[in-house]
Amino acid sequence: MQPVLELKHISKRYPGVKALENVDFRIFAGEVHALLGENGAGKSTLVKVMTGAESKTAGEIIIDNVAHEFATPIAAQKMGISTVYQEVNLLPNLSVAHNLFLGHEPKRYGLIDHKAMTTQAEQLLSRFKLDIDVNADLAKYSVAVQQLVAIARGVAMSAQVLVLDEPTASLDAEEVQTLFAVMEQLRSQGVAIVFITHFLDQVYQISDRITVLRNGKQVGEYLTAELPQTKLVEAMLGKELQQLTARRSNPDDKHMAGDDENAVTFSNVSAKGSIQEFDLEVPKGQAIGLAGLLGSGRTEVCNALFGIDTLSSGSISLGGKVLQLSQPSDAIHAGIALCPEDRKTDGIIAPLSIRENIILALQAKLGWWRYLSKTKQQTLADFYIDKLQIATPDADKPIGQLSGGNQQKVILARWLAVEPTLLALDEPTRGIDIGAHAEILALIKSLCDEGMSLLVTSSELEELVAFANKVVVLRDRKKVTELKGQQLTSQHVMQAIAEG
Amino acid sequence: MKDSIQTVSAGADHKLSEQDLAEAKAARYQAGKSNSVGRYIWPVCALALLLAVNLLLDASFFSISYQDGRFYGSLIDILNRSAPVALLAIGMSLVIATGGIDLSVGAVMAIVGAVCANLLITDISVFAVIIIGLSTGILAGVINGALVSYLSIQPIVATLLLMVAGRGVAQLINQGQIVTFQNDTFSAIGVGNWLGLPMPVWLVIATLLFCQLLVRRTALGLFIEAVGCNASASRYMGINDRHVKLFAYAMAGLCAAMAGMIATADIQGSDANNAGLWLELDAILAVVIGGAALTGGRFSLALSIIGALIIQTLATTIIVSGLPAKFNLLIKAIVILVVLLLQSEKFRNQCKQLLRISARGDV
Ligand SMILES: Nc1ncnc2c1ncn2[C@@H]1O[C@H](COP(=O)(O)OP(=O)(O)OP(=O)(O)O)[C@@H](O)[C@H]1O
Ligand SMILES: [Mg+2]
Repeated sequence: MQPVLELKHISKRYPGVKALENVDFRIFAGEVHALLGENGAGKSTLVKVMTGAESKTAGEIIIDNVAHEFATPIAAQKMGISTVYQEVNLLPNLSVAHNLFLGHEPKRYGLIDHKAMTTQAEQLLSRFKLDIDVNADLAKYSVAVQQLVAIARGVAMSAQVLVLDEPTASLDAEEVQTLFAVMEQLRSQGVAIVFITHFLDQVYQISDRITVLRNGKQVGEYLTAELPQTKLVEAMLGKELQQLTARRSNPDDKHMAGDDENAVTFSNVSAKGSIQEFDLEVPKGQAIGLAGLLGSGRTEVCNALFGIDTLSSGSISLGGKVLQLSQPSDAIHAGIALCPEDRKTDGIIAPLSIRENIILALQAKLGWWRYLSKTKQQTLADFYIDKLQIATPDADKPIGQLSGGNQQKVILARWLAVEPTLLALDEPTRGIDIGAHAEILALIKSLCDEGMSLLVTSSELEELVAFANKVVVLRDRKKVTELKGQQLTSQHVMQAIAEG
Repeated sequence: MKDSIQTVSAGADHKLSEQDLAEAKAARYQAGKSNSVGRYIWPVCALALLLAVNLLLDASFFSISYQDGRFYGSLIDILNRSAPVALLAIGMSLVIATGGIDLSVGAVMAIVGAVCANLLITDISVFAVIIIGLSTGILAGVINGALVSYLSIQPIVATLLLMVAGRGVAQLINQGQIVTFQNDTFSAIGVGNWLGLPMPVWLVIATLLFCQLLVRRTALGLFIEAVGCNASASRYMGINDRHVKLFAYAMAGLCAAMAGMIATADIQGSDANNAGLWLELDAILAVVIGGAALTGGRFSLALSIIGALIIQTLATTIIVSGLPAKFNLLIKAIVILVVLLLQSEKFRNQCKQLLRISARGDV
């Protein structure tokens, strides 16, 4: 049997960085091929090279025994390769339907047939169980919806090869299953699918074959069925993963209460078009988890706390003092920080260096006058690069050139540098590899021990249950229940989400 | 069927040794230095090249003489004449860095000129006139900034309002006349000397130093760049993007006021129709030649000044070359296009590729 797409001896250099070195990769019709590796291993770069988004430094791309050069993603598309890149690359000011069909809109008499486009868009999205207004601007919807729209667009165009770079990073368990159903359908139709993820259980559920990259080099190609998980982790990290197993073996020292003092209290908080009559107490030194489906109001809780949505009634207080929050800087000065969900639009400042991205929030808090000296900036940056194991040659590299997971770590560092009383994390481990994942969870725990309170939103219930003292379940922008102590298991949380 | 496909390897014996990986890691992280020096190369080269062309055209181009306590020569002349655009370019750099643009600076020059000229024919002290003139410029900038940041009007539209209305305001202040005055102290701003150099040159140097200290010794420059690159993320970090934008436009207004005073002092009068006419375009061009992106982000005040010098040197070159005046605008456009193309990394790479291909073809 012959691969539909084969990459041979691919190398890719960026100035000062060898992102890929002599990597081979092949994919057969009707299989899901998982591409795995740590943050910065070169997965996204390989995808960009194979789909014409970046030019390669050396190597060959072979389709049907013929070597091809893709100058642009459009050229690759013409050869039947459609791609959903890691960072959603859609046009936020166009409608959902336009985004789905941009470039091949249904036509009638040479003009765009809007009615047909609307119905086709609705049909397409129904495959993903997404029931939204397709004529509304894409920007109105959450990151997860945008990601599903991007995937739907890729699926609609997929002919021979579909490439999905971390499609499940911001999806809930249920949405992941929906996506997998669609992928299985495509697989049975003979489409070859490249699938990148950091969730190993998803790898074992859906993939047939695995290629592992490490530090820009290929470690090997394996059949999923023949590769036990421990071996896979070893291949990815180059060593065994110890922290993770250690954490799993004693998950129960988390229920030691912190002080009884409350850090932050929501009383009867409502905001227009957002959460309704929301009550919550976040005690000092505790981690509170927020769980719920897409659009259940998790992000809205964070927005209300951070002065992005204005309250229509109720109040938020910190240490007994009612807060006036009309913009993020109010919240930051009160000691509240929010690591937002949408990394690309609300998080990174792509052209600025890692150092600048780390110190900016702290600097904004200090004010323009009290400029941190270069040495202080450098010390802070070096400290966090080391602590969070950010893979970069130095702190002066623009953050836009880091891999997705490493960008996430920088944003996390930015908020840790502010040393807030309450840190709200909206999907903090999105796109972070298993090694760093364990590190970050350990970090969260040690922060709580030092007296910082945390409010964590996560679609990964296992993770929430592992470190949270209490999990609040939301549904339809209201709180349905709180789970703690014995009840705090992922089973129970899942039930609460489903039943309300 | 799957079984028939051979696997490259399985199990623990991975293809890479520890040494391999250590090597790979080291190689991946070599070099990669920031190219801040690189940003200066192309604008400086372009300026040097233009000066060299002048030297070919006129052997005495670089000669400078000293008479009556003052230096004379083409170079001094270029410095002096580029002063208004250089000042405007400093303010424009800040505005463009926030992702905005200010089309009104030429009109603000006219307003400030009119205000000063009309005050100078009364018996208010020169010092007060200067303060009032500068305040007028800042006020104009604040209006622009408020329209952009608080009313969220597109910068190009918001400042277009003042660009059009401003000249009208200046004409009203002058009541349709050209207002002239006799005041040696004020004229010194335009035609005076200090330590052998013309006053406008000193003004540019002082403004550059002041602004450089203001934006680089405080966090303002970083905030401006952050807002210009990603306003939403900046807001999430607690940066007040509205204040930052307001500051940038106010600085542009202040710089325009100084440029307006130079222009007025130069001719000892205010001509509302012509003062600062089209200079906003030269200022924008200077910033762009300096390598700044109109979409906002990184900026360098020094590079913008080099941009202004390039524009003025070019104007001088065209005169020195003795070409008929009708070619002036065309040549200016062509030279600037070349400078901009040289700045573009993509263009340079394509040139390199072409060279390589043609070299191969020769063999
Ligand atoms: N435009 C660029 N310029 C310079 N270096 C880059 C650029 N893009 C990526 N790199 C570097 O190439 C390496 C590989 O990055 P890549 O994005 O492929 O990682 P990844 O495996 O997708 O990681 P993640 O899991 O975090 O998404 C990283 O070290 C990154 O810093
Ligand atoms: Mg990636």
